[in-house]
Amino acid sequence: MQKITRDVILEKAISMLQSGEVSAVLGHRTGEFSYDVTPSVFTDAQDLKANFVWNDFCGANFSKYLISKTKKLEGKILVFLKPCDTYSFNQLLTEHRFEREKVYAVGIPCEGMVDIAKVKAEIGDGILSIESTDAGVVVETLYDGTKTIAFEDVLLERCANCKSKKHVAYDELLGDEGEVIDSNRFDEVERLEAMTPDERFAFWQGELSRCIRCNACRDVCPACTCEKCVFDNPNSGVENKAPTTSFEEKMFHIIRAFHVAGRCTDCGECSRVCPQNIPLHLLNRKFIKDINTFYGEYQAGEVEGSRAPLVDYTLEDLEAEDVFKKEGE
Amino acid sequence: MQVNEYKPLIVAFCCNWCSYAGADLAGNNRLNYPADVKIIRVPCSCRVNPMFILRAFQRGADGVIICGCHPGDCHYTSGNYYTRRRMALLFSMLDYLGIERERTRLEWVSAAEGAKFAATMNDFVQTVAALGENKRLEDLRCKK
Repeated sequence: MQKITRDVILEKAISMLQSGEVSAVLGHRTGEFSYDVTPSVFTDAQDLKANFVWNDFCGANFSKYLISKTKKLEGKILVFLKPCDTYSFNQLLTEHRFEREKVYAVGIPCEGMVDIAKVKAEIGDGILSIESTDAGVVVETLYDGTKTIAFEDVLLERCANCKSKKHVAYDELLGDEGEVIDSNRFDEVERLEAMTPDERFAFWQGELSRCIRCNACRDVCPACTCEKCVFDNPNSGVENKAPTTSFEEKMFHIIRAFHVAGRCTDCGECSRVCPQNIPLHLLNRKFIKDINTFYGEYQAGEVEGSRAPLVDYTLEDLEAEDVFKKEGE
Repeated sequence: MQVNEYKPLIVAFCCNWCSYAGADLAGNNRLNYPADVKIIRVPCSCRVNPMFILRAFQRGADGVIICGCHPGDCHYTSGNYYTRRRMALLFSMLDYLGIERERTRLEWVSAAEGAKFAATMNDFVQTVAALGENKRLEDLRCKK
């Protein structure tokens, strides 16, 4: 359950919109159910009152929306950023993807967001309503009455391994500031590294062969902001088509992860939006872990203007052949 | 009688200023290295996009080797330093996905090192030949 309530955020949004400080508000809009909220731009206070949502399903990272929304907009846009969103926000500023003056960023605390896929796996079909209380997530179902699940059991993967509750960029904070967390986010990567190559190959074959190439992971990624993407190039032979061979599915995922290596803030959006539930964050985290081991600790987006490891070098860098020696093999 | 001996296909990306000249020198000195190595000349080792390497595997390569100037000797001052970081990460990722790590290699070969070029290629072809055909990154539609 979130510590900060909808009313507090809504009040802030309405007051800023009515005073004319901002001309639009980026927030979540109600959907058919409480769990299918949609990122949306509000320009009207009445609309905000009626349709603005803040609940445990507001997982979307708003940073990338700022690129397209600030381009057309006259005046400022108000955006509410969770701690993990602020890392992407900083990273996009570093890459000069939008104008800082056009954004009023309000940092809000986050207790972690709920993964509806996990709730459905626990409950099954027939969810009527979902409500968060202090006791946990209360789900009213069509067939089995009301059930309560512990909040920790249905968190998004990225929230269960949250890396930071501290905002690294904002104009104003609502609620309390948190701390950077010493998370166990690399445990799963290490488990894979400990496997034999055959086991790893089988694991990834099982995961990646489910890919339908919907490009959702690319479209949602705040690091994937090229206006022309290599995967949209009609001459490449790989644009907008489902992978037909084991090579194609691997190529897409290797290249996608490689293109964001060093700039990926590990916001976990790719895994959240994947309709096939492929653990894409494990590819990104492998690069982050390697960069940390080979070139020193680096968290993308932590400091605005920091130099990404792949556009930098030192004379004493590790040789490619020593990559595997370093792991003690 | 026909003997069906397995011959690996090796793609070597050689930088124009050092390694390609190194290959030339190997030829001038009449040093032997297998004809299975197909050299692609690139202006600098950092011209090699990770996609090139994957494409080579897709089109039937069994091993890919990237050769560039020694660190500090790059014709463009710093190209090979970027290559070094990129390839370290890419090779590590390929290994993470379960693809044999011996199939990819990065070597520094200068224009004066014809002998090193031949030795490196001999060694690499042997290593890849021992691994056999590339099955894990192949595209059956590209097979002849």
